[in-house]
Amino acid sequence: MLAESLFFTAALFIIGVIGVLIHRNAIIIFMCVELMLTAVNLTFVAFSRYYGAAGQVFVVFVMTVSAAEAAVGLAIIIAIFRHRQTVDLKNINLLRG
Amino acid sequence: MMLLQAVATATHPLSGSVAEWVWLLPVLPLIGFVINGLLSLNSAHFGPTDPSTAGHHPHSQSAAEAPAISHAEEAGAVGDDHHAVKRHRFAGLVSIIGPGVLILAFALAVMIWQAMVGAHPTTPFIQRYFSWMPVGDLQIDAAFQLDQLSMVMVLVITGVGALIHIFSVGYMQDDPGYPRYFAYLNLFVFFMLMLVLGANYPILFIGWEGVGLCSYLLIGFWFNDKANADAGKKAFIVNRIGDFGFLVAMFMLFANIGVLDFVGLNAHAGELATNGGLVTAICLFMFLGCTGKSAQIPLYIWLPDAMAGPTPVSALIHAATMVTAGVYLIARSAVLFSLSPVASLTVAVVGALTAIFAATIGLKQWDIKKVLAYSTISQLGYMFVGVGVGAYVAGMFHLVTHAFFKALLFLGSGSVIYAMHAAYHATGSHEDAQDMRNMGGLRRYLPVTFVLMWIATLAISGIPPFAGFFSKDEILGSVFARAQGSTLASASWLGIPGNYLLYAIYAIGLAAAFMTAVYMTRMMLYTFHGPNRTGQREAENLGEAPWVMTGPLVVLGILTIFGGWLNLPAIVTEYVPLGPGQVLEHWLEPVVGAPTEHIIAGAPQTPATTEEFLIGAAVIIAVVGILFAWLRLKPDRLPTAREAVPETGFEKVVAHKYYVDEGLDRAIVTPTYAASRNFLWRIIDNGLIDGFFVNGSAALARGFGWVGSRLQSGNVGIYAWVLVVGVLAMLGALTLHR
Repeated sequence: MLAESLFFTAALFIIGVIGVLIHRNAIIIFMCVELMLTAVNLTFVAFSRYYGAAGQVFVVFVMTVSAAEAAVGLAIIIAIFRHRQTVDLKNINLLRG
Repeated sequence: MMLLQAVATATHPLSGSVAEWVWLLPVLPLIGFVINGLLSLNSAHFGPTDPSTAGHHPHSQSAAEAPAISHAEEAGAVGDDHHAVKRHRFAGLVSIIGPGVLILAFALAVMIWQAMVGAHPTTPFIQRYFSWMPVGDLQIDAAFQLDQLSMVMVLVITGVGALIHIFSVGYMQDDPGYPRYFAYLNLFVFFMLMLVLGANYPILFIGWEGVGLCSYLLIGFWFNDKANADAGKKAFIVNRIGDFGFLVAMFMLFANIGVLDFVGLNAHAGELATNGGLVTAICLFMFLGCTGKSAQIPLYIWLPDAMAGPTPVSALIHAATMVTAGVYLIARSAVLFSLSPVASLTVAVVGALTAIFAATIGLKQWDIKKVLAYSTISQLGYMFVGVGVGAYVAGMFHLVTHAFFKALLFLGSGSVIYAMHAAYHATGSHEDAQDMRNMGGLRRYLPVTFVLMWIATLAISGIPPFAGFFSKDEILGSVFARAQGSTLASASWLGIPGNYLLYAIYAIGLAAAFMTAVYMTRMMLYTFHGPNRTGQREAENLGEAPWVMTGPLVVLGILTIFGGWLNLPAIVTEYVPLGPGQVLEHWLEPVVGAPTEHIIAGAPQTPATTEEFLIGAAVIIAVVGILFAWLRLKPDRLPTAREAVPETGFEKVVAHKYYVDEGLDRAIVTPTYAASRNFLWRIIDNGLIDGFFVNGSAALARGFGWVGSRLQSGNVGIYAWVLVVGVLAMLGALTLHR
C-alpha cells in the first residue's frame, strides 16, 4: 500500500516541478508550487500510517505555512501586476546581476 | 642550582674579595649615561622654545642656544670641531658626572686588580647573575668573567677612558649637545666593559654591537652636516658585514661543541682538534668580525671616515679601545686559533698587508686626523700580526701601549685643532682647521702639546725606551722566532710554506715600521715645525688649551714613556737592570699560555745575538725613517691648503687612498643602487608584487565576480531549473553512492 501511495505522490510532485519549470505565468507556477506541497503532505500522511502520528502533525504545520505563503505570494504577484501590467516571469528580472 | 653555584665560587681565591663588585664596573658608566641622557632630554623638552628657530634645528636644546647651533653649522662647513658661544645650562653638572663615573670605575678596577695580584688566580673568576637564554641545549647565562686578560682590558678602558673624558670637558664644553655627548661616551664605556667582561660570546656580542651603536652615534654627533651622518652610517653598515661573520662563527661553535662560554670553550675545544677544516672555518668567520670592528683589509674603509666625530671620540673609540676589540676577541679565542695554523696565518697575513697598505696611505694625507686614522689601521695590523702568529701577549702588549701613545696623539691633535679653530674663530676665517698645510710652526704656540706629541711619535716609530719600541719589537721578534719549527712554519697557506710566509711578514712589518717613522715625522714637521702658515692675525690667537685638556695629555705622555716597562724583554733586563722583565707575559700566562705553547711547539729559542741584531735593525730602520723624513721634507716651502698644487702620478693615487672608496663605489655601491632601482624596485616591487600579487588578486576577484554576476540572470525560471538540476544531481549521487 505504501509503495503505491509513494508512487502516486512522487508523480504528483514531478507534475508540480515540471509545471514550475515550463510555465512562465506566475499564477500557474504558484499553483504548481501548491501542487508540490500537496504531494509532500500526502507523503507525510502515507508514512504516518506506518510510523505514528508525527507525519499528520507536520501536515498541519505545512498547510498553515503554505496558507500564509499563499497570502504573501499572491499579494506580491498582485503588486507586480499593478506595477508592470504583466505576471510573465520572463519580463520580471529586477535582480539580474 | 644556587647552592651549587655558591660551592663552585667559594673555592675561587677571588670570591669574597672586592672582585665580587665586578658588576659595578659597567653599571657606573651606565648610571652616567642615564643621568646625562636625561639632562640632555630635559633641556630639549622643557627649555624655553621659540618656534621660528626650533623648526630649523631638529635637535636644538633651547631657543637661547639656537644662535649657537647656527654658528656650529656654519663652522661645520669648514672643519669638524665647533665651539659655540653659549654653554649648555647643565654643563657644570655633566662635567662632574661624565668623567666622575669613569674615575670611580677606574678606582674600582684598580682595587680589583690589586685583589687579583694578591690572589694569583689560575682560573677565571665567574660571576653568574641570572640565566639569560635557557632554550633547550642552549644555556646562556648573564655572567661576567674576570681573568687576567679582561683585567688588562678593563684597566685600559677605564684608565684611558677617564683621561679622555676629562679632556672632553675642555674640548666639548661650548658644544650645545654637551650632555648628549657625555651620555653617548658613558654608554660606550658601559658596552665596552660588557664586551671585555662577558663570560660568553653572546654577552661579548652585546658589548660588540653596543660599542658599534655608540661609535655610530658619536661619529654622527654633529649630524647637521650630512657628511658626518653619512660617515656614521658607513661605519655602521660596514660593521654589519663583520658582525655577520661573528654570528656565523658563534652558530658553528654551538652547533659543533654546544657551548658558547669561554670556560666551556677551553674545556671542549680539544674535541674540534680532529676537524681542522671546521676550526679553520669558525676562526675565519670570527676573523671576519674582527676585520670589521678593528678596521682591517677589506673592511677598514670606515675608520678614516669615522674621523668626522669629535676628536676625543676618535681617541677613545677609534684608536684606544673599540677598534682593538678584534685583537681582544682573538686573544680570548686563542685556544681556537691555536688549533688552526691556516686561520692564524690568515690573521697574520691580513694584519701585515693592512699595516703596510695603511702606512703608505698615511704618507700622503694632509688632514692631521686622517694621518692618525691610517696610522691606527696600520698599528692594528701589527697587533693582528702578533695574535696571528700566536704571540698573544705581544699583541695585547701592543694593544696597551698603542692605547697610550695613540690616545696621546689623537688628544694632541685635538689640542692642535682646538687652538687652530679658536684662532680661526677669533678672526672669522673659514679655512680648514685640520689641514696640516694650514698649520706649521705651532711649537711656539703649543709647547706642551709639541713635546708630548714628539714623545708619542718616537714611541710609535719604535725608538727606545718609549712604549711602542718594546711592543712592536716583541711582535716582530715573535714573527721571526716562529719562522722555524713552530706549527705555523710547518703549515702552508694557499700553497705557500709557512716559514717563507713568516719571513715575508717580518719583512713587511719592518717596511711598515719605516713608513710609520716617515709619516709620523712628516706630520710633526708640517704641524709644529717650519714657519707658521695660519696667517698673521690668526697666529696672535693661537695658544695652549686649558689644563683640563693638557693634564690628561701629560698623564698619557708619562704612560707612553714608561708603558714599555709592562713587558720588558729578557734580553734588555739581562744587560740593563730596568726592573722585572716580562711582567705582562707572566700576568697573562694563565689565559693564553697554553695556546701560545701549542703554536710555538718545537720552535727553537732565538739566539741572543740574532735577537740583538733584530732589535738593532728595527731601531736603525726607525731612526732612518725619521731622518729620511726630516731631511727630505721641507716644511719651509710648503704651500697652504688654498695654494696647494694637486699631486700627480703615483702620489695622486696614494693621496686618494688608492681610489679604494671610489672603486668600491663603482663595484658595489652603484651596482647595488642600480640593481635596487631597476630590478628590485621596478621589476620585483612594481612589477611582481604590485603588478602581479596586489593588482593580480584584485583582478582575479573582479573576474570571479563577473562570472558570478552572469549567473544572476534575475529570471526565476532559470533559478528553478538550476535548483532542480542540482537536487537531482545530489539525489542521483547519493543513490549511486549507496
